[in-house]
Amino acid sequence: MISIHGLTKNYDGFCAVDHIDLTVDQGEIVGLLGPNGAGKTTTLRILTGYLRPSGGTVEIKGLDPEQDPTAIKKSMGYLPESAPLYRNMLVYDYLCYVGRVRSLEPGLLDQRLKEVVSVCGLHSIMHKPIGELSKGLKQRVGLAQALLHDPEILILDEPTSGLDPNQIQEIRSLIRKIGRQKTVILSTHILSEAEATCDRMVIIHQGKIVADGSPDSLKKDASGQGIQLILSGGTEDEIVSTLSAVQGVHSVNPVPSAAADAGSMSIQVQTEPHIDPRPEIYRTIKTTDWILWEFTPQARSLETIFQELTQE
Amino acid sequence: MSAFTSTWSKEFKDYFVSPIAYMVIAIFLLVTGWFFFSTFFLQDQASLRSFFNLLPITFAFVIPALTMRLFAEEFNVGSYEILITMPVSPVQIILSKFLAAVCMVAAMLLPTLAYAAFVAWLGDLDPGPVIGGYLGSLLLGGSFAAIGLFTSALTKNQIIAYILGALCCFALTLINQMLFFVPSGIMELVQYLAASYHFQNIAKGVIDTRDVLYFASVIFLGLYLTTIAIQARE
Repeated sequence: MISIHGLTKNYDGFCAVDHIDLTVDQGEIVGLLGPNGAGKTTTLRILTGYLRPSGGTVEIKGLDPEQDPTAIKKSMGYLPESAPLYRNMLVYDYLCYVGRVRSLEPGLLDQRLKEVVSVCGLHSIMHKPIGELSKGLKQRVGLAQALLHDPEILILDEPTSGLDPNQIQEIRSLIRKIGRQKTVILSTHILSEAEATCDRMVIIHQGKIVADGSPDSLKKDASGQGIQLILSGGTEDEIVSTLSAVQGVHSVNPVPSAAADAGSMSIQVQTEPHIDPRPEIYRTIKTTDWILWEFTPQARSLETIFQELTQE
Repeated sequence: MSAFTSTWSKEFKDYFVSPIAYMVIAIFLLVTGWFFFSTFFLQDQASLRSFFNLLPITFAFVIPALTMRLFAEEFNVGSYEILITMPVSPVQIILSKFLAAVCMVAAMLLPTLAYAAFVAWLGDLDPGPVIGGYLGSLLLGGSFAAIGLFTSALTKNQIIAYILGALCCFALTLINQMLFFVPSGIMELVQYLAASYHFQNIAKGVIDTRDVLYFASVIFLGLYLTTIAIQARE
């Protein structure tokens, strides 16, 4: 559906997007994640045709945006960051205007208008000026605008920013629902959001893709896992040096823990990526006269993975 | 309705949704009305000449006020991002905004037809210079609108867009009144560049292709530069 090769965008010597390759299939919901200024918005803007890339190729539905901008724009709905809408227009007038610019037939426009109004919950605000709406309501009008022509591809830049928890929940389930038939690309820096809505997460850092996969697979492969041990019977130095020598262990750190009683200590073991050293750790502990109170593998949260991948 | 007509009608209606249109029309009528009628009875001539004489300078500060928001506001709010990602080309956007501004100029000139009616009722009004005057006004208005549209596309700030636009329009209006500062060799060229010179020619009731061509080229140049300014944003 969408394929990007070697996409690059420079702004006056600053490289915002640096040789990105990405392919998105039909019906996928892809979340672009990354810290502020990572290049998410720039990537989305290039996809929508708002910005022209400095290098690389973009292909959408097999079409080149340089050759067929109108055909691509027709099949795409876009909600820019913080929903920039005409403030002096009424919600109803605005949506009608968008429908007409998108050349929807009056009958079809009526029908689609009814649909998006009920999907986005706009009934009560149709005759209010957009400038008087709260951020969340404006965001919903922006989403309605992007959905109005029933596009095959939906591009949403931080769709839930500024919404309250209930609205976030609504928008997420809405995106899930839309994503069953359509291709959705959204950007966010809220990890739980990407985890809840996306089939696939792409983490961007300093204009480069640093991770790409389903939330589960990212948790598995991104890097090694953590293990918490509670031990007694050995000195701290002894335990750290013995465990550090085990193959596949990346680091060993004593950590203060409420679970550890007096006399025992809590140890955090970080393993190397793609290696599971748990049997080896167990065998090593068995050779000593320490007492093993707890041996808890810790599922790494996306937050940790994200932080590790996007550290300066 | 096609994409072009819907963006045009949106832009045109926008003038009347906000108080800008009413204020600008009111100021325009007040200024032109005052200067026209303050000398009209003294001159004792059934013509609109003094009205059309003042028009270039009035347009120079009124029209940039009509065009200043056309792009600057879209850039400032960010709504341009939605507009350009809809299936409408930049050229269509520019032309629809330009046409909306020209229609607004026409709407502004419409009430001044009452001056013509009033003068015709008082005396024997020669229709030639009046028709020429209004045609010239539209051409002049179109040229200044194209210039204003261009300066609006340069910035996010409406005030800057207005000042730049008004400066360019004033320069084109006043340039032929400074001819005695200019070396005699380039005098004709400088005079040719003056919008007010060509406007006065048409307003005499003589429609010369050279004058029409001048306005057409200013409009074309303004719109072309707008396209470049828009593309530079990509």
